[in-house]
Amino acid sequence: MIEVRDLTKRYPGRTAVDGLSFTVGRGEVVGFLGPNGAGKSTTMRILSCFMPATSGTARVAGYDVFREPDEVRRRIGYMPENNPLHLDMRVREYLKFRARLKGLGWRRSRERVDTVLQQCGLTEVGRRIVGQLSKGYRQRVGLADALVHEPDLIILDEPTIGLDPHQIRAVRSLIKDLAKRHTVLLSTHILSEVEMTCSRVLILHEGRILAADRTEDLERRLSLDGQVVAEIEAPDAALLEAFRDHPEVEHVEIAALDGAYRRLALTPRNGTDLRPVVFAQATAHGWPLRELTRSRHSLEEIFVHLTRARNRTRN
Amino acid sequence: MRVFLTLVRRELGSYFKSFSGYVVVAAVLLLNGFSLVDLIERVRGHAVHAPVTELLFQTYYFWLVVLLTSPVITMRAFAAEKSSGTYEALMTTPVGDWQVVLAKFAGTFSFFALAWLPLMAVLLALRQITGVAALFDPPVVASTFVGILLVGSLFMALGCLASALTRSEIIAAMVTFLWGIGLWMLGYRPDTSSLMPAWAQPALEQISMSRHMEDFARGLVVGRHLVFYASATAFLLFVTQRVVQSRRWK
Repeated sequence: MIEVRDLTKRYPGRTAVDGLSFTVGRGEVVGFLGPNGAGKSTTMRILSCFMPATSGTARVAGYDVFREPDEVRRRIGYMPENNPLHLDMRVREYLKFRARLKGLGWRRSRERVDTVLQQCGLTEVGRRIVGQLSKGYRQRVGLADALVHEPDLIILDEPTIGLDPHQIRAVRSLIKDLAKRHTVLLSTHILSEVEMTCSRVLILHEGRILAADRTEDLERRLSLDGQVVAEIEAPDAALLEAFRDHPEVEHVEIAALDGAYRRLALTPRNGTDLRPVVFAQATAHGWPLRELTRSRHSLEEIFVHLTRARNRTRN
Repeated sequence: MRVFLTLVRRELGSYFKSFSGYVVVAAVLLLNGFSLVDLIERVRGHAVHAPVTELLFQTYYFWLVVLLTSPVITMRAFAAEKSSGTYEALMTTPVGDWQVVLAKFAGTFSFFALAWLPLMAVLLALRQITGVAALFDPPVVASTFVGILLVGSLFMALGCLASALTRSEIIAAMVTFLWGIGLWMLGYRPDTSSLMPAWAQPALEQISMSRHMEDFARGLVVGRHLVFYASATAFLLFVTQRVVQSRRWK
Protein backbone atom coordinates (compact mmCIF):
# COMPACT_ATOMS: atom_id res chain seq x y z
CA MET A 1 0.00 0.00 0.00
CA ILE A 2 2.81 2.39 0.89
CA GLU A 3 6.32 2.14 -0.48
CA VAL A 4 8.78 4.71 0.75
CA ARG A 5 12.36 4.74 -0.41
CA ASP A 6 15.16 7.03 0.84
CA LEU A 7 12.69 9.75 1.69
CA THR A 8 14.41 12.91 2.85
CA LYS A 9 12.96 16.27 3.80
CA ARG A 10 15.23 19.15 4.66
CA TYR A 11 14.08 22.45 6.04
CA PRO A 12 16.57 25.29 6.10
CA GLY A 13 19.08 24.29 8.75
CA ARG A 14 17.31 21.11 9.80
CA THR A 15 16.73 17.65 8.39
CA ALA A 16 13.27 16.50 9.44
CA VAL A 17 13.26 13.18 7.63
CA ASP A 18 16.54 11.50 6.82
CA GLY A 19 16.60 8.70 4.26
CA LEU A 20 13.48 6.94 5.42
CA SER A 21 12.55 3.62 3.78
CA PHE A 22 9.66 1.38 4.68
CA THR A 23 6.68 -0.43 3.23
CA VAL A 24 3.20 -0.97 4.52
CA GLY A 25 1.13 -3.83 3.16
CA ARG A 26 -2.58 -3.77 2.43
CA GLY A 27 -4.70 -4.29 5.53
CA GLU A 28 -1.94 -3.57 8.02
CA VAL A 29 -2.23 -1.20 10.97
CA VAL A 30 1.13 0.44 11.36
CA GLY A 31 2.13 2.82 14.09
CA PHE A 32 4.66 5.59 13.77
CA LEU A 33 6.20 5.96 17.14
CA GLY A 34 8.58 8.65 18.22
CA PRO A 35 9.07 11.72 20.35
CA ASN A 36 8.02 15.15 19.13
CA GLY A 37 10.14 16.29 16.21
CA ALA A 38 11.01 12.75 15.11
CA GLY A 39 9.65 13.37 11.61
CA LYS A 40 6.30 11.63 11.98
CA SER A 41 4.11 14.52 10.85
CA THR A 42 6.48 15.50 8.07
CA THR A 43 6.40 11.98 6.63
CA MET A 44 2.62 11.94 6.83
CA ARG A 45 2.37 15.31 5.12
CA ILE A 46 4.54 14.06 2.29
CA LEU A 47 2.46 10.89 1.94
CA SER A 48 -0.75 12.92 1.82
CA CYS A 49 0.76 15.17 -0.90
CA PHE A 50 0.60 18.32 1.20
CA MET A 51 4.25 19.02 0.58
CA PRO A 52 7.03 17.46 -1.47
CA ALA A 53 10.07 15.60 -0.22
CA THR A 54 13.53 16.98 -0.85
CA SER A 55 14.61 13.65 -2.31
CA GLY A 56 13.56 10.02 -2.43
CA THR A 57 10.31 8.50 -3.60
CA ALA A 58 7.03 7.60 -1.99
CA ARG A 59 4.25 5.64 -3.62
CA VAL A 60 0.75 5.05 -2.33
CA ALA A 61 -1.29 2.29 -3.95
CA GLY A 62 1.25 2.32 -6.77
CA TYR A 63 0.95 6.07 -7.48
CA ASP A 64 3.82 8.47 -6.98
CA VAL A 65 2.92 11.13 -4.41
CA PHE A 66 4.75 13.84 -6.29
CA ARG A 67 3.82 13.04 -9.89
CA GLU A 68 0.27 11.77 -9.41
CA PRO A 69 -0.96 13.64 -6.33
CA ASP A 70 -4.63 13.63 -7.35
CA GLU A 71 -4.72 9.85 -7.68
CA VAL A 72 -3.03 9.50 -4.30
CA ARG A 73 -5.32 12.01 -2.57
CA ARG A 74 -8.38 10.18 -3.83
CA ARG A 75 -7.15 7.04 -2.07
CA ILE A 76 -6.12 8.60 1.23
CA GLY A 77 -8.17 9.66 4.21
CA TYR A 78 -5.92 12.01 6.13
CA MET A 79 -6.52 13.50 9.54
CA PRO A 80 -3.89 16.20 10.11
CA GLU A 81 -2.30 16.97 13.44
CA ASN A 82 -4.65 18.69 15.90
CA ASN A 83 -7.62 17.68 13.75
CA PRO A 84 -8.52 21.01 12.12
CA LEU A 85 -12.25 21.38 11.39
CA HIS A 86 -14.50 24.21 10.25
CA LEU A 87 -15.90 25.08 13.65
CA ASP A 88 -18.78 27.17 12.29
CA MET A 89 -20.39 24.29 10.38
CA ARG A 90 -22.78 21.64 11.58
CA VAL A 91 -21.46 18.09 11.81
CA ARG A 92 -23.54 16.65 8.99
CA GLU A 93 -23.05 19.72 6.83
CA TYR A 94 -19.29 19.59 7.35
CA LEU A 95 -19.03 15.92 6.45
CA LYS A 96 -21.16 16.46 3.38
CA PHE A 97 -18.97 19.38 2.32
CA ARG A 98 -15.86 17.23 2.73
CA ALA A 99 -17.45 14.32 0.86
CA ARG A 100 -18.24 16.63 -2.06
CA LEU A 101 -14.69 17.98 -2.09
CA LYS A 102 -13.45 14.43 -2.30
CA GLY A 103 -15.46 13.97 -5.47
CA LEU A 104 -18.54 12.13 -4.23
CA GLY A 105 -21.82 12.83 -5.97
CA TRP A 106 -24.86 14.31 -4.26
CA ARG A 107 -26.65 11.04 -3.56
CA ARG A 108 -23.49 9.09 -2.77
CA SER A 109 -22.24 11.73 -0.35
CA ARG A 110 -25.52 11.65 1.54
CA GLU A 111 -25.35 7.86 1.84
CA ARG A 112 -21.75 7.88 2.94
CA VAL A 113 -22.30 10.65 5.49
CA ASP A 114 -25.12 8.62 7.04
CA THR A 115 -22.86 5.58 7.18
CA VAL A 116 -19.88 7.30 8.78
CA LEU A 117 -22.09 9.18 11.24
CA GLN A 118 -23.32 5.84 12.46
CA GLN A 119 -19.90 4.21 12.32
CA CYS A 120 -18.35 6.91 14.46
CA GLY A 121 -21.27 7.24 16.85
CA LEU A 122 -22.16 10.75 15.72
CA THR A 123 -25.77 10.25 14.69
CA GLU A 124 -27.21 12.16 17.67
CA VAL A 125 -24.91 15.15 17.19
CA GLY A 126 -25.34 15.40 13.41
CA ARG A 127 -27.15 18.72 13.70
CA ARG A 128 -24.87 20.25 16.32
CA ILE A 129 -22.28 22.90 15.44
CA VAL A 130 -18.77 21.43 15.37
CA GLY A 131 -17.33 24.24 17.52
CA GLN A 132 -19.73 23.41 20.34
CA LEU A 133 -18.79 19.74 20.54
CA SER A 134 -16.45 18.21 23.10
CA LYS A 135 -12.96 17.32 21.99
CA GLY A 136 -13.77 13.62 21.89
CA TYR A 137 -16.65 14.22 19.52
CA ARG A 138 -14.57 16.52 17.35
CA GLN A 139 -11.96 13.82 17.06
CA ARG A 140 -14.66 11.45 15.86
CA VAL A 141 -15.78 14.04 13.31
CA GLY A 142 -12.18 14.13 12.07
CA LEU A 143 -12.16 10.34 11.78
CA ALA A 144 -15.51 10.36 10.01
CA ASP A 145 -14.08 12.89 7.56
CA ALA A 146 -11.08 10.66 6.88
CA LEU A 147 -13.43 7.74 6.20
CA VAL A 148 -16.14 9.42 4.22
CA HIS A 149 -14.86 8.63 0.72
CA GLU A 150 -13.94 5.03 1.56
CA PRO A 151 -10.21 5.46 1.12
CA ASP A 152 -7.85 2.51 0.82
CA LEU A 153 -5.41 4.10 3.23
CA ILE A 154 -6.16 6.09 6.35
CA ILE A 155 -3.46 8.32 7.79
CA LEU A 156 -4.06 9.64 11.28
CA ASP A 157 -1.65 12.10 12.84
CA GLU A 158 -1.83 11.79 16.63
CA PRO A 159 -5.48 10.75 16.75
CA THR A 160 -5.80 10.60 20.54
CA ILE A 161 -3.80 13.64 21.59
CA GLY A 162 -5.46 15.84 24.18
CA LEU A 163 -8.34 13.48 24.95
CA ASP A 164 -9.34 12.19 28.37
CA PRO A 165 -8.86 8.46 29.09
CA HIS A 166 -12.47 7.63 28.36
CA GLN A 167 -12.41 9.41 24.98
CA ILE A 168 -9.05 7.81 24.16
CA ARG A 169 -10.58 4.38 24.64
CA ALA A 170 -13.50 5.25 22.39
CA VAL A 171 -11.23 6.55 19.62
CA ARG A 172 -8.91 3.55 19.90
CA SER A 173 -11.73 1.08 19.56
CA LEU A 174 -12.89 3.02 16.51
CA ILE A 175 -9.44 2.71 14.97
CA LYS A 176 -9.37 -1.00 15.71
CA ASP A 177 -12.69 -1.24 13.92
CA LEU A 178 -11.27 0.52 10.86
CA ALA A 179 -8.45 -1.95 10.67
CA LYS A 180 -10.86 -4.58 9.43
CA ARG A 181 -11.48 -2.79 6.15
CA HIS A 182 -8.68 -0.28 5.65
CA THR A 183 -4.95 0.06 5.81
CA VAL A 184 -4.14 2.39 8.68
CA LEU A 185 -1.02 4.43 9.38
CA LEU A 186 -1.14 6.33 12.64
CA SER A 187 1.36 8.32 14.60
CA THR A 188 1.66 8.74 18.32
CA HIS A 189 4.14 9.34 21.04
CA ILE A 190 2.09 7.32 23.48
CA LEU A 191 3.75 3.94 23.38
CA SER A 192 0.97 1.91 24.91
CA GLU A 193 -1.29 3.13 22.12
CA VAL A 194 0.77 1.30 19.52
CA GLU A 195 0.76 -1.84 21.66
CA MET A 196 -3.01 -1.72 21.75
CA THR A 197 -3.90 -0.78 18.21
CA CYS A 198 -1.09 -1.63 15.81
CA SER A 199 0.11 -4.88 14.33
CA ARG A 200 3.41 -3.35 13.35
CA VAL A 201 5.46 -0.47 14.66
CA LEU A 202 8.06 1.83 13.15
CA ILE A 203 10.09 3.65 15.75
CA LEU A 204 11.29 7.01 14.49
CA HIS A 205 13.97 9.13 16.00
CA GLU A 206 15.49 12.24 14.44
CA GLY A 207 14.07 11.39 11.04
CA ARG A 208 15.38 7.83 10.90
CA ILE A 209 13.86 4.45 11.62
CA LEU A 210 15.33 3.00 14.80
CA ALA A 211 13.41 -0.23 14.68
CA ALA A 212 10.62 -1.76 12.62
CA ASP A 213 8.94 -4.94 13.64
CA ARG A 214 5.71 -6.62 14.55
CA THR A 215 4.67 -5.22 17.91
CA GLU A 216 5.08 -8.48 19.81
CA ASP A 217 8.28 -9.50 17.98
CA LEU A 218 9.84 -6.21 18.86
CA GLU A 219 9.08 -6.76 22.49
CA ARG A 220 10.44 -10.28 22.37
CA ARG A 221 13.57 -9.31 20.49
CA LEU A 222 14.33 -6.57 22.89
CA SER A 223 13.17 -8.16 26.12
CA LEU A 224 16.47 -8.24 27.90
CA ASP A 225 16.01 -11.36 30.00
CA GLY A 226 12.38 -12.41 30.38
CA GLN A 227 12.79 -13.11 34.06
CA VAL A 228 10.04 -15.12 35.79
CA VAL A 229 9.04 -14.18 39.32
CA ALA A 230 6.98 -16.47 41.56
CA GLU A 231 5.70 -16.18 45.10
CA ILE A 232 5.69 -19.67 46.45
CA GLU A 233 5.47 -21.36 49.87
CA ALA A 234 8.37 -23.80 50.09
CA PRO A 235 11.65 -24.34 51.94
CA ASP A 236 14.67 -22.56 50.41
CA ALA A 237 16.68 -25.70 49.94
CA ALA A 238 13.88 -27.54 48.16
CA LEU A 239 13.36 -24.58 45.80
CA LEU A 240 17.02 -24.33 45.00
CA GLU A 241 17.21 -28.01 44.30
CA ALA A 242 14.14 -28.03 42.10
CA PHE A 243 15.33 -25.26 39.74
CA ARG A 244 19.11 -25.02 39.98
CA ASP A 245 19.82 -27.93 37.68
CA HIS A 246 17.01 -27.31 35.22
CA PRO A 247 18.58 -27.05 31.74
CA GLU A 248 16.63 -23.89 30.81
CA VAL A 249 17.43 -21.99 33.98
CA GLU A 250 20.40 -19.68 33.97
CA HIS A 251 20.16 -18.19 37.42
CA VAL A 252 18.05 -18.70 40.57
CA GLU A 253 17.41 -16.09 43.20
CA ILE A 254 15.41 -16.65 46.41
CA ALA A 255 14.29 -14.05 48.91
CA ALA A 256 12.13 -14.38 52.02
CA LEU A 257 8.68 -12.87 52.07
CA ASP A 258 6.03 -12.76 54.75
CA GLY A 259 5.35 -16.06 56.53
CA ALA A 260 6.73 -19.11 54.77
CA TYR A 261 6.46 -17.51 51.33
CA ARG A 262 9.53 -17.03 49.19
CA ARG A 263 10.10 -14.80 46.23
CA LEU A 264 11.65 -16.92 43.52
CA ALA A 265 13.27 -15.17 40.55
CA LEU A 266 14.42 -17.30 37.62
CA THR A 267 16.45 -16.08 34.68
CA PRO A 268 16.02 -18.24 31.56
CA ARG A 269 18.94 -19.38 29.47
CA ASN A 270 17.54 -18.83 25.98
CA GLY A 271 14.64 -16.51 26.61
CA THR A 272 12.28 -19.45 27.17
CA ASP A 273 9.16 -18.86 29.13
CA LEU A 274 9.78 -20.56 32.50
CA ARG A 275 6.28 -20.15 33.89
CA PRO A 276 5.10 -23.68 32.96
CA VAL A 277 8.25 -25.10 34.57
CA VAL A 278 7.54 -23.30 37.84
CA PHE A 279 3.91 -24.33 37.78
CA ALA A 280 4.79 -28.00 37.12
CA GLN A 281 7.24 -28.06 40.05
CA ALA A 282 4.77 -26.38 42.39
CA THR A 283 2.00 -28.86 41.62
CA ALA A 284 4.39 -31.83 41.77
CA HIS A 285 5.52 -30.86 45.28
CA GLY A 286 2.17 -29.51 46.42
CA TRP A 287 3.63 -26.03 47.10
CA PRO A 288 1.07 -23.24 47.34
CA LEU A 289 1.68 -20.70 44.56
CA ARG A 290 0.14 -17.25 44.93
CA GLU A 291 1.78 -15.30 42.11
CA LEU A 292 3.54 -16.07 38.88
CA THR A 293 4.64 -13.36 36.42
CA ARG A 294 7.05 -12.90 33.59
CA SER A 295 8.62 -9.48 33.42
CA ARG A 296 7.80 -8.03 30.07
CA HIS A 297 9.41 -4.95 28.66
CA SER A 298 6.94 -2.34 27.67
CA LEU A 299 7.57 -0.32 24.57
CA GLU A 300 8.48 2.57 26.85
CA GLU A 301 11.52 0.65 28.03
CA ILE A 302 12.30 -0.55 24.52
CA PHE A 303 12.21 2.99 23.29
CA VAL A 304 14.47 4.33 26.01
CA HIS A 305 16.81 1.40 25.39
CA LEU A 306 16.95 1.99 21.64
CA THR A 307 17.53 5.71 21.80
CA ARG A 308 20.21 5.25 24.44
CA ALA A 309 21.97 2.64 22.34
CA ARG A 310 21.87 4.95 19.38
CA ASN A 311 23.27 7.89 21.27
CA ARG A 312 26.06 5.68 22.58
CA THR A 313 27.14 4.52 19.14
CA ARG A 314 27.16 8.07 17.89
CA ASN A 315 29.30 9.31 20.73
CA MET B 1 -17.17 22.30 -11.55
CA ARG B 2 -19.14 20.48 -8.84
CA VAL B 3 -16.22 20.78 -6.45
CA PHE B 4 -15.77 24.43 -7.41
CA LEU B 5 -19.39 25.26 -6.61
CA THR B 6 -19.16 23.40 -3.31
CA LEU B 7 -16.14 25.50 -2.40
CA VAL B 8 -17.77 28.78 -3.44
CA ARG B 9 -20.84 27.98 -1.40
CA ARG B 10 -18.69 27.26 1.62
CA GLU B 11 -16.76 30.53 1.13
CA LEU B 12 -19.87 32.61 0.80
CA GLY B 13 -21.62 30.71 3.57
CA SER B 14 -18.79 31.36 6.00
CA TYR B 15 -19.51 35.12 5.91
CA PHE B 16 -23.05 34.57 7.05
CA LYS B 17 -22.28 31.84 9.56
CA SER B 18 -20.14 34.26 11.47
CA PHE B 19 -21.22 37.72 12.45
CA SER B 20 -18.62 39.41 10.25
CA GLY B 21 -20.64 39.13 7.05
CA TYR B 22 -23.59 41.03 8.44
CA VAL B 23 -21.31 43.62 9.98
CA VAL B 24 -19.62 44.31 6.65
CA VAL B 25 -22.91 44.61 4.77
CA ALA B 26 -24.26 46.94 7.44
CA ALA B 27 -21.06 49.01 7.43
CA VAL B 28 -21.13 49.42 3.63
CA LEU B 29 -24.73 50.56 3.77
CA LEU B 30 -24.19 52.87 6.69
CA LEU B 31 -21.08 54.51 5.21
CA ASN B 32 -22.78 54.96 1.86
CA GLY B 33 -25.82 56.38 3.61
CA PHE B 34 -23.65 58.88 5.47
CA SER B 35 -21.88 59.88 2.27
CA LEU B 36 -25.17 60.36 0.46
CA VAL B 37 -26.61 62.49 3.25
CA ASP B 38 -23.44 64.54 3.48
CA LEU B 39 -23.38 65.04 -0.26
CA ILE B 40 -27.01 66.14 -0.37
CA GLU B 41 -26.38 68.61 2.46
CA ARG B 42 -23.40 70.09 0.66
CA VAL B 43 -24.99 70.53 -2.75
CA ARG B 44 -28.23 71.91 -1.40
CA GLY B 45 -28.84 75.37 -2.77
CA HIS B 46 -25.94 75.19 -5.23
CA ALA B 47 -26.27 74.73 -8.91
CA VAL B 48 -25.09 71.16 -9.54
CA HIS B 49 -24.05 69.88 -12.94
CA ALA B 50 -24.90 66.24 -12.23
CA PRO B 51 -27.24 64.10 -10.09
CA VAL B 52 -26.15 63.44 -6.54
CA THR B 53 -25.71 59.71 -7.21
CA GLU B 54 -23.25 60.45 -9.95
CA LEU B 55 -21.28 62.65 -7.60
CA LEU B 56 -21.33 59.94 -4.95
CA PHE B 57 -19.37 57.53 -7.09
CA GLN B 58 -17.01 60.17 -8.35
CA THR B 59 -15.94 61.42 -4.97
CA TYR B 60 -13.58 59.96 -2.43
CA TYR B 61 -16.56 58.75 -0.38
CA PHE B 62 -16.94 55.76 -2.63
CA TRP B 63 -13.24 54.97 -2.45
CA LEU B 64 -13.17 55.27 1.28
CA VAL B 65 -15.80 52.56 1.58
CA VAL B 66 -14.13 50.28 -0.98
CA LEU B 67 -10.68 50.70 0.55
CA LEU B 68 -11.91 50.06 4.07
CA THR B 69 -14.12 47.06 3.40
CA SER B 70 -12.05 45.10 0.90
CA PRO B 71 -9.37 44.08 3.46
CA VAL B 72 -12.07 42.95 5.88
CA ILE B 73 -13.77 40.88 3.19
CA THR B 74 -10.65 39.20 1.85
CA MET B 75 -8.40 38.79 4.88
CA ARG B 76 -9.91 35.45 5.86
CA ALA B 77 -9.67 33.83 2.45
CA PHE B 78 -6.42 31.92 2.91
CA ALA B 79 -4.92 33.27 6.11
CA ALA B 80 -7.71 32.05 8.40
CA GLU B 81 -7.58 28.56 6.92
CA LYS B 82 -3.83 28.47 7.27
CA SER B 83 -3.82 29.53 10.90
CA SER B 84 -6.61 27.15 11.89
CA GLY B 85 -5.05 24.26 9.97
CA THR B 86 -8.05 23.57 7.77
CA TYR B 87 -5.87 24.59 4.83
CA GLU B 88 -3.97 21.32 5.20
CA ALA B 89 -7.24 19.40 5.27
CA LEU B 90 -8.41 21.28 2.16
CA MET B 91 -5.20 20.82 0.20
CA THR B 92 -5.04 17.08 0.84
CA THR B 93 -8.37 16.50 -0.90
CA PRO B 94 -8.28 15.98 -4.66
CA VAL B 95 -9.00 19.62 -5.53
CA GLY B 96 -6.73 21.60 -7.83
CA ASP B 97 -4.89 24.78 -6.84
CA TRP B 98 -6.77 26.75 -9.50
CA GLN B 99 -10.09 25.50 -8.19
CA VAL B 100 -9.22 26.70 -4.71
CA VAL B 101 -7.94 30.10 -5.87
CA LEU B 102 -10.91 30.75 -8.17
CA ALA B 103 -13.36 29.60 -5.53
CA LYS B 104 -11.84 31.92 -2.93
CA PHE B 105 -12.00 34.78 -5.43
CA ALA B 106 -15.55 33.96 -6.48
CA GLY B 107 -16.61 33.75 -2.84
CA THR B 108 -15.14 37.11 -1.85
CA PHE B 109 -16.31 38.75 -5.05
CA SER B 110 -19.89 37.50 -4.64
CA PHE B 111 -19.89 38.78 -1.10
CA PHE B 112 -18.60 42.16 -2.25
CA ALA B 113 -21.40 42.33 -4.83
CA LEU B 114 -23.96 41.33 -2.20
CA ALA B 115 -22.74 44.05 0.12
CA TRP B 116 -23.21 46.72 -2.54
CA LEU B 117 -26.52 45.55 -4.00
CA PRO B 118 -28.71 47.07 -1.26
CA LEU B 119 -27.38 50.52 -2.19
CA MET B 120 -29.23 50.27 -5.48
CA ALA B 121 -32.43 49.54 -3.59
CA VAL B 122 -31.76 52.56 -1.39
CA LEU B 123 -31.43 54.80 -4.46
CA LEU B 124 -34.61 53.34 -5.92
CA ALA B 125 -36.45 53.99 -2.68
CA LEU B 126 -35.09 57.53 -2.59
CA ARG B 127 -36.45 58.21 -6.06
CA GLN B 128 -39.85 56.87 -5.09
CA ILE B 129 -39.96 59.09 -2.04
CA THR B 130 -38.60 62.30 -3.54
CA GLY B 131 -39.94 61.80 -7.04
CA VAL B 132 -36.66 63.06 -8.55
CA ALA B 133 -36.14 60.86 -11.60
CA ALA B 134 -32.42 61.64 -11.86
CA LEU B 135 -31.77 59.73 -8.64
CA PHE B 136 -32.33 56.43 -10.35
CA ASP B 137 -31.63 56.38 -14.04
CA PRO B 138 -31.47 52.67 -14.99
CA PRO B 139 -28.72 52.82 -17.67
CA VAL B 140 -26.54 54.97 -15.45
CA VAL B 141 -27.19 52.77 -12.45
CA ALA B 142 -26.29 49.72 -14.55
CA SER B 143 -23.01 51.17 -15.77
CA THR B 144 -22.21 52.36 -12.27
CA PHE B 145 -22.77 48.89 -10.98
CA VAL B 146 -20.53 47.47 -13.70
CA GLY B 147 -17.89 49.90 -12.46
CA ILE B 148 -18.37 48.91 -8.84
CA LEU B 149 -18.06 45.23 -9.74
CA LEU B 150 -14.93 45.79 -11.81
CA VAL B 151 -13.24 47.78 -9.09
CA GLY B 152 -14.40 45.12 -6.65
CA SER B 153 -12.90 42.29 -8.69
CA LEU B 154 -9.53 44.05 -8.72
CA PHE B 155 -9.61 44.68 -4.98
CA MET B 156 -10.80 41.18 -4.15
CA ALA B 157 -8.01 39.65 -6.25
CA LEU B 158 -5.55 41.94 -4.49
CA GLY B 159 -6.88 40.80 -1.12
CA CYS B 160 -6.78 37.10 -2.05
CA LEU B 161 -3.13 37.44 -3.04
CA ALA B 162 -2.26 39.20 0.22
CA SER B 163 -4.15 36.56 2.18
CA ALA B 164 -2.38 33.72 0.38
CA LEU B 165 0.99 35.17 1.36
CA THR B 166 0.53 35.01 5.13
CA ARG B 167 -1.07 33.00 7.93
CA SER B 168 -2.14 36.10 9.82
CA GLU B 169 -5.45 37.75 9.01
CA ILE B 170 -4.29 41.07 10.46
CA ILE B 171 -1.24 41.14 8.20
CA ALA B 172 -3.37 40.14 5.21
CA ALA B 173 -5.77 43.00 5.95
CA MET B 174 -3.02 45.57 6.39
CA VAL B 175 -1.21 44.50 3.23
CA THR B 176 -4.44 44.63 1.23
CA PHE B 177 -5.20 48.08 2.59
CA LEU B 178 -1.72 49.35 1.75
CA TRP B 179 -1.71 47.91 -1.75
CA GLY B 180 -5.23 49.15 -2.36
CA ILE B 181 -4.59 52.67 -1.20
CA GLY B 182 -1.27 52.73 -3.06
CA LEU B 183 -2.86 51.66 -6.30
CA TRP B 184 -5.66 54.16 -5.89
CA MET B 185 -3.37 57.06 -5.02
CA LEU B 186 -1.12 56.36 -8.01
CA GLY B 187 -3.98 57.32 -10.25
CA TYR B 188 -5.66 59.93 -8.08
CA ARG B 189 -5.66 63.20 -10.01
CA PRO B 190 -2.77 62.15 -12.28
CA ASP B 191 -2.80 65.50 -14.08
CA THR B 192 -2.14 67.60 -10.99
CA SER B 193 0.46 65.38 -9.37
CA SER B 194 3.83 67.06 -9.40
CA LEU B 195 5.54 64.12 -7.71
CA MET B 196 5.43 61.96 -10.81
CA PRO B 197 7.64 62.67 -13.80
CA ALA B 198 5.89 64.06 -16.84
CA TRP B 199 6.47 60.96 -18.97
CA ALA B 200 4.62 58.78 -16.46
CA GLN B 201 1.50 60.86 -16.62
CA PRO B 202 -0.13 59.25 -19.67
CA ALA B 203 0.34 55.82 -18.07
CA LEU B 204 -1.06 56.96 -14.75
CA GLU B 205 -3.97 58.49 -16.60
CA GLN B 206 -4.79 55.03 -17.95
CA ILE B 207 -4.69 53.25 -14.62
CA SER B 208 -6.45 55.99 -12.71
CA MET B 209 -9.28 54.22 -10.98
CA SER B 210 -10.97 57.45 -9.99
CA ARG B 211 -11.03 58.47 -13.67
CA HIS B 212 -12.51 55.11 -14.59
CA MET B 213 -15.20 55.48 -11.97
CA GLU B 214 -16.08 58.96 -13.25
CA ASP B 215 -16.82 57.42 -16.63
CA PHE B 216 -18.84 54.54 -15.18
CA ALA B 217 -20.85 56.89 -12.97
CA ARG B 218 -21.71 58.98 -16.01
CA GLY B 219 -23.05 55.92 -17.79
CA LEU B 220 -20.01 55.22 -19.96
CA VAL B 221 -18.71 51.68 -20.11
CA VAL B 222 -15.37 52.08 -21.83
CA GLY B 223 -13.70 49.02 -23.34
CA ARG B 224 -10.26 50.19 -22.25
CA HIS B 225 -11.38 50.18 -18.64
CA LEU B 226 -12.89 46.72 -18.95
CA VAL B 227 -9.63 45.38 -20.32
CA PHE B 228 -7.67 47.05 -17.52
CA TYR B 229 -9.72 45.51 -14.73
CA ALA B 230 -10.06 42.10 -16.34
CA SER B 231 -6.35 41.78 -17.06
CA ALA B 232 -5.27 43.14 -13.67
CA THR B 233 -7.61 40.71 -11.90
CA ALA B 234 -6.43 37.80 -14.02
CA PHE B 235 -2.80 38.67 -13.35
CA LEU B 236 -3.33 38.89 -9.60
CA LEU B 237 -5.17 35.56 -9.56
CA PHE B 238 -2.38 34.00 -11.55
CA VAL B 239 0.17 35.18 -8.99
CA THR B 240 -2.09 33.89 -6.20
CA GLN B 241 -2.23 30.48 -7.85
CA ARG B 242 1.58 30.48 -8.05
CA VAL B 243 1.80 31.32 -4.36
CA VAL B 244 -0.58 28.48 -3.51
CA GLN B 245 1.34 26.12 -5.75
CA SER B 246 4.73 27.15 -4.34
CA ARG B 247 4.05 24.92 -1.32
CA ARG B 248 4.68 22.00 -3.62
CA TRP B 249 7.85 23.36 -5.21
CA LYS B 250 10.94 21.42 -4.35
